[in-house]
Amino acid sequence: MVAGKGNMAAKKYRGEVFINRDRCKGCGFCVEFCPTHVLTLDREFNTRGYHPPVVVDADACTGCDLCGLYCPDFAIHGWRVPVQSDGAGE
Amino acid sequence: MSQGEHRNPVESFLRMDRMPHIWCPGCGIGIVVNCFVRALLKSKIDVDSVSVVSGIGCTGRIAGYFKVDSFHTTHGRPIPFATGLKTARPDMNIVVLSGEGDLIAIGGNHFIHAARRNVDIKVICVNNFTYAMTGGQVGPTAPLHSIATTAPYGSHERPFNLPFLAESSGATYVARWTTYHVRQLTKAMVDVLNKPGFCFVEAIAPCPTIYQRRNRMGDGLEMMRFYREHSRIANGADTRSLDIEMGGEIVVGKFIDRDRPTYLEAMDEELSKRLGNRYVPYPTGVKR
Amino acid sequence: MKADPMGVLVGAHFLDGDHACCEGALAAGCRMVFGYPITPSTEVVERIARRFPMVGGVFIQMEDEIASSIAIQGAAWGGKKVMTVTSGPGMSLMQEHIGFAAMTETPCVFVNVQRGGPSTGLPTLPGQADMMQARWGSHGDYEIIALSPNSPQECFDLTIVAFNMSERYRVPVMFMMDESVGHMTERVIIPESTEIDIEPRRLTRAQPSEDYELYAPEEDLVPQMPPVGAGYRFHVTGLTHDEKGYPVMNAWVQEKLVRRLVDKIRKNASEIAINQEFELEDAEVVIVAYGITSRVVQRTMFLAREKGLKVGVFRPVVVWPFPEDRIRELAGRAKAFVVPELNYGQVYYEVERLVAGRAPCRLVDHGGGALHDPADILKVVEEVLR
Repeated sequence: MVAGKGNMAAKKYRGEVFINRDRCKGCGFCVEFCPTHVLTLDREFNTRGYHPPVVVDADACTGCDLCGLYCPDFAIHGWRVPVQSDGAGE
Repeated sequence: MSQGEHRNPVESFLRMDRMPHIWCPGCGIGIVVNCFVRALLKSKIDVDSVSVVSGIGCTGRIAGYFKVDSFHTTHGRPIPFATGLKTARPDMNIVVLSGEGDLIAIGGNHFIHAARRNVDIKVICVNNFTYAMTGGQVGPTAPLHSIATTAPYGSHERPFNLPFLAESSGATYVARWTTYHVRQLTKAMVDVLNKPGFCFVEAIAPCPTIYQRRNRMGDGLEMMRFYREHSRIANGADTRSLDIEMGGEIVVGKFIDRDRPTYLEAMDEELSKRLGNRYVPYPTGVKR
Repeated sequence: MKADPMGVLVGAHFLDGDHACCEGALAAGCRMVFGYPITPSTEVVERIARRFPMVGGVFIQMEDEIASSIAIQGAAWGGKKVMTVTSGPGMSLMQEHIGFAAMTETPCVFVNVQRGGPSTGLPTLPGQADMMQARWGSHGDYEIIALSPNSPQECFDLTIVAFNMSERYRVPVMFMMDESVGHMTERVIIPESTEIDIEPRRLTRAQPSEDYELYAPEEDLVPQMPPVGAGYRFHVTGLTHDEKGYPVMNAWVQEKLVRRLVDKIRKNASEIAINQEFELEDAEVVIVAYGITSRVVQRTMFLAREKGLKVGVFRPVVVWPFPEDRIRELAGRAKAFVVPELNYGQVYYEVERLVAGRAPCRLVDHGGGALHDPADILKVVEEVLR
């Protein structure tokens, strides 16, 4: 679980992505189609012998959940966490 | 933050006690499931009023994973089963989710007749161009020259163009998207959940293990990239122009969105006119 | 519960068996029929198409029998009492869905107005050669219930019984008419709705929950049925499934499920049985006959008795499950069994199996297209007594 601020100037929310490593079958869709390139495939295997995604640029995550839409194995999803405008949420 | 604090939205719609599912790495069927769940969330309809009906095959297993009243019927027959269910429960939203072999080959006759009658069911057809569960036999949409176990030297049959078939049979809504077009596919599903009549959405999906391996088309990711690079969005395109060739462009979009009376509406109108006060209307419970 | 008066055409009528079957379905509470025309059953759905709009029902003429036989099951799970109506070739097309109904325990009625076969055969003439198909036509092991009426009055009365049994045991019920009964016109008395007993759907008493078990059987091995769209979120599949309804691919679950599907009929067979017996008290020869043939043999019995021959008739009205115990009992005291049927031996072999060599059994076969001559059956009776 990694949180990113996103690149939204207003900072109304930040993106977060959750990866269920052992549910992943390593198709790479999330890595390929993440619009802000948050992910890469891990060099390590998961328990089923696949290479799951890992976060390489948490700050870039906008929480758009395209990874969640693309994941055929329901192993990853993104969401948005509201951030208070004074930054206290950080 | 743990997963428990923010669950994947699909989880509350799926029978998670049946995971992992049977689909291969890089298969597109799970993406169609994702889109359908998002469509259910966006359309804000009561999930208990939704029933998923499927036939046999890889896509046919969708019914078993959806945590709604779900029916995994016989090969080719989800549409007539759904016709019966919808007729008995006109207040419910009946969605047929199945593959192209199930719906269009063995079930092709039911498909055209349900569209002709404008039965108020939503048909989402995952088209992966092959009978995947049984090992890759040639299907009714397999592009000319594609290799299959039962077409080992290449298919020489002309495939069906599904949007054209659906439109000419009478469907009120016809769209085609690939699993690369997740937002549009979700939008199409929201559209059909709210639209009366026989609605048809074709979802073109990768089948890396069976179809692509045999046709040397790479893995799931390569096919998704192919969709990105070789699809052309043409909303409102003439459905006659939507044939798919091996390695050729895939035209996607929303092609048809029209209104016709549904089967029960047409029946009600005809019988009211003919029978007058002798007519005892079938209580549909549907207010539109 | 009692019948809904709207569907009951009270009074004395002059109806053929097909039309009487339609009225029986209406009285039984059937308001949803999917069918496809085929001789000699078409008059049933023609009358349904005329009658249903006056009673709040829906009839849909489907694109084929395959569609009809699964559409009824969708409607059954949608809470309706349903039937489909067909004849030989259509029945052959429906077989896969009879297995589906047995496997998913879907209450529904299949009417087969039998004609001569095989294949297109004799569309307008009678036969009784679909009896084994009715029992075992779909692949795999299962049990069904089959009734065989012999008059338009019974086409009315027993159609109601067929619906009631399908609800009671959650099983497809085969209503095995034949062309002669279907097209025979006689007086049919339709009683007041208050005199017609209706078996309601066995609706579940369980509340929706994560642990809800769709196929948890009651003491009589029959599970209760949930309403659709009420939050149970159940799963129905033709695959081998556990009590939750989930597919499980192994021999243990197969054994548990299929044995129950078979046993819920076999172990309740005495409760399901309906037989008629004529002059069996002193009978030396027992004629076993069902459907239209059970009327033909009345004449044979009369002729035999006139000649002083002690002949009786045993008629299974419910043919499947077969009245095994009663045939075994009769085998202990009868000198011979004679089984006329409009085929080359179907129910006959059941009788022979149960008599088990204790008395001679004779088949009086007939290819269909006409009925037996009672005198031909009498000849066989005389032969076995010689």
